[in-house]
Amino acid sequence: MSDIKYILGSFGDPDEMMHGIEKLQENGVSIYDVYTPMPIHGIEAKLGIKRSRIDIAAFCFGISGTCAAFALIYFCAVIDWKVNIGGKPSFALPDFIPIMFELTVLFCAFGMVLTYYASTHLFPGRSPRVMDLRATDDRFVIAIDAKDNAAHTVIDGLLKDAGALEVKYNERKYISYE
Amino acid sequence: MSGHNESILREPLITGDNITYAKITDDILGPVENKPNKAWWIGFIVSALGALLWVVAVSYTFWNGIGAWGLNKTVGWAWDITGFVWWVGIGHAGTLISAVLLLFRQNWRNSINRSAEAMTIFAVICAATYVVSHMGRPWLAYWVLPLPNQFGSLWVNFNSPLVWDMFAISTYFSVSLLFWYTGLLPDIATIRDRAVGTRRKIYSIFSFGWSGSVKTWQRFEAVSLILAGISTPLVLSVHTIVSMDFATSVIPGWHTTIFPPYFVAGAIFSGFAMVLTLLLVARKVLGLENYITMFHIESMNKIIILTGSIVGVAYLTEFFIAWYSGSEYEQYAFINRSTGPYWWSYWMMMTCNVISPQLLWFKKIRLSIKATWILSIVVNVGMWFERFVIIVTSLHRDYIPSSWAMFYPTWVDVSVFVGSIGLFFTLFLLFLRVLPSIAIAEVKLLLKSASEQAKMKQIKDGHENKEYVTEYVESLQKFDSVKQEDYAKI
Repeated sequence: MSDIKYILGSFGDPDEMMHGIEKLQENGVSIYDVYTPMPIHGIEAKLGIKRSRIDIAAFCFGISGTCAAFALIYFCAVIDWKVNIGGKPSFALPDFIPIMFELTVLFCAFGMVLTYYASTHLFPGRSPRVMDLRATDDRFVIAIDAKDNAAHTVIDGLLKDAGALEVKYNERKYISYE
Repeated sequence: MSGHNESILREPLITGDNITYAKITDDILGPVENKPNKAWWIGFIVSALGALLWVVAVSYTFWNGIGAWGLNKTVGWAWDITGFVWWVGIGHAGTLISAVLLLFRQNWRNSINRSAEAMTIFAVICAATYVVSHMGRPWLAYWVLPLPNQFGSLWVNFNSPLVWDMFAISTYFSVSLLFWYTGLLPDIATIRDRAVGTRRKIYSIFSFGWSGSVKTWQRFEAVSLILAGISTPLVLSVHTIVSMDFATSVIPGWHTTIFPPYFVAGAIFSGFAMVLTLLLVARKVLGLENYITMFHIESMNKIIILTGSIVGVAYLTEFFIAWYSGSEYEQYAFINRSTGPYWWSYWMMMTCNVISPQLLWFKKIRLSIKATWILSIVVNVGMWFERFVIIVTSLHRDYIPSSWAMFYPTWVDVSVFVGSIGLFFTLFLLFLRVLPSIAIAEVKLLLKSASEQAKMKQIKDGHENKEYVTEYVESLQKFDSVKQEDYAKI
């Protein structure tokens, strides 16, 4: 059993999987990660994952967009080259608002999504780190680090009791590499 | 989701009795993983010919300049801006469905948002090409950007709505694309993990290495919600700014303060109509009746009645205000619209946009697929005429009667327009073949709470109020994908 790196409990139902997580935690088994084909609400609390701070990043990017737009327009229209339009003031703040708004949204969206890609390590061409190919289809997979948790038969029993359809022992962390 | 049942009074969002997570994947990926059928090929060939016509007509315009169009010195904007506003308007439904309905927690959006967003992107592409080609010298299109130039930097005019529009449309396009693509990642990963060989490699690149781990999903949901939050004001701002292209001018008929809300309502109106035009066919051809149900169709029809009525009220308000303003030029512009040489286009617009959507108050019409499909096309015909009426009838009789003129489109005008429809359908049909037309992960979320089988189980458990159950079963009569016999037994 020494070659086994990860134990995977593959569930067909999200509620049973949640039950499985509870069972494992009650028995002191640490969970490496959970792979699911759809978001599971309430799982973060169970696994002790902290709230995502991506909203803070989004706000900062958005505000910098507002400032960038204002700075650009102010520099172009008020400082660098004032255009005399019927003698009206060149610092026409209401007219600046549409572009300031658009750039706020633009910076916020791109900044936030790129932060998301960077923090989750998503980028084009990245080789997928998949432990079970059905985790993006119809299986809800709990991954347990086999080295950290010695009692493999106990884990096997716990997973099956909770309703796991299959328990796999992977000798490689990710099966998706060529 | 866990252990929580949805009220039995709500209609199911997924019908059918043997739906599993695996079946959802199989059903939705059917068109992507199998060879296309005859219907697809016929549609594709016809649209591709249209797209070819578009390439010819746009190239002809680029080569010869906009003199190739029927414009004259009185009517300087005609089919080009009509087409532009029409396409941008159609492009509003996608973001509305994906963002506004997400904020309002309307779960029925889950099965239509993906294709509606795709439609948005393709519609904005069509709109953008009009913007570029109406410039006359498209190779100088970068002049709309605030770039330094060799004369010591005379910048663009930041007070002009046309410059705002450039920022609005490009932001809208890129943010919609980002929203759409981020939502696609988990579904592309699903295709990747089911495919083999080259196909797998290609989808692997485009899936960005998606794994579906807890943290990925947690951030994904946060990102989707914030994107929805910022896209909602964005979608409203885009058509507001488009309307300001007209509203901030001093042309009678354009100089109207109700334009922003009226344009936004019109955009949602035409966008939903286009979603129906596409999805009613797609659901049948791709066999997605269990996911895009009669409830979805009825809900969209209700939105069409609402926005159609707002548009109707706006038309009447404009007319009233023209009279009430006491401005004779304004009054003339409106009398000329309805009784002048373009009376037919005005009444076409009134019939298609104000009268025809009111037919949807009748349940029979609202629930008939054929009637809905025909009305969805009528609405878009009407919305095209609305923009034509606003643009051409306001311009064609200008300040000096000697320069009054009519607009006659040339073959190039017609070809650019017909061709843009071909381009739109070509892109949409290709989308149906290579990407899942329904957001797989989002539909899976509904399976345990909002599906017909989950509700059936609730009824069988026997804890539900009898009256509610009867009401629920009655509401199922409109579904063409529900077997009534199953309920006769209970």
